[in-house]
Amino acid sequence: MLEPLFPWREMRRMEREMDRMQREMERMFDTFFPRRRRWMEVEFPPLNIWTNNDQAVVTAELPGIKPEELELSVNNDTLILRGKRVANDLPEGARYQRRERFQGEFARSLQLPFAIDADKVEAHYENGVLTITLPRAEADKPKRIAVHAAESNGKEG
Amino acid sequence: MTEETRAIQVQQEQRPAVRESRSRRVFAPAVDIVETNDEILVLADMPGVRQEDLEVVLEKNVLTIRGTVQMPHMQEYDLEYAEYEGGDYERIFTLADDIDRDHIEAEMKHGVLHLRLPKAGPARIRRIPVKTG
Repeated sequence: MLEPLFPWREMRRMEREMDRMQREMERMFDTFFPRRRRWMEVEFPPLNIWTNNDQAVVTAELPGIKPEELELSVNNDTLILRGKRVANDLPEGARYQRRERFQGEFARSLQLPFAIDADKVEAHYENGVLTITLPRAEADKPKRIAVHAAESNGKEG
Repeated sequence: MTEETRAIQVQQEQRPAVRESRSRRVFAPAVDIVETNDEILVLADMPGVRQEDLEVVLEKNVLTIRGTVQMPHMQEYDLEYAEYEGGDYERIFTLADDIDRDHIEAEMKHGVLHLRLPKAGPARIRRIPVKTG
């Protein structure tokens, strides 16, 4: 077997290979155990969407918000959530030692798998978690279509 | 050098009832720490944590905050899309200042922990009563 001409190249190649394997492992790990993005998350607030045939439930982690400062709107199958999280008033002479919490305006737009009955949407805020229940529009629900059997002799009617 | 004889004090830490599941994930909450001449104010985002599910422990100068989250029951639904995952919160800090342990206040407001640590004399082990709102 040939010795590699440039051992460091070989080492770099191995390092790259290790990196690739590590990324692959992380990717697999993340697939099974999605890593919760914390304060580094690009989008605030983080959302979860739950659905069944009749409605969708959207939950958002929105700690420290005044519910009256939230603006929710629904258009067909799209939910828009807007709001602002302002910094707490600080006492005189206070200084930040650490500042990780999201601050400022946010807007999120979500497309749901079906059209929403906007009149029946309900939102509820508790312990910093917003839960929005979005019933599916009647017109959007699948209709059951009766299948009529052909004549017993099998001939086309 | 002779070894110093020390009385070993057994600290009986009272923990709340065994957590319902130990396999739950634990996340570090985002915090803001603000300091004035008189106090340290810690704000921690812990959505889903109720006042009674909050635990704050100050041992010497090590501050631990913990919160357990009650996950919503969504059996009749499929999770279509997820940006966050259920779990509990824990974060540990080492404080540079001595804290007046008798006047610590901890309160959950809309999923945010407001923890007030007034500065003061020498530190001892102590459990902080959580104010019920």
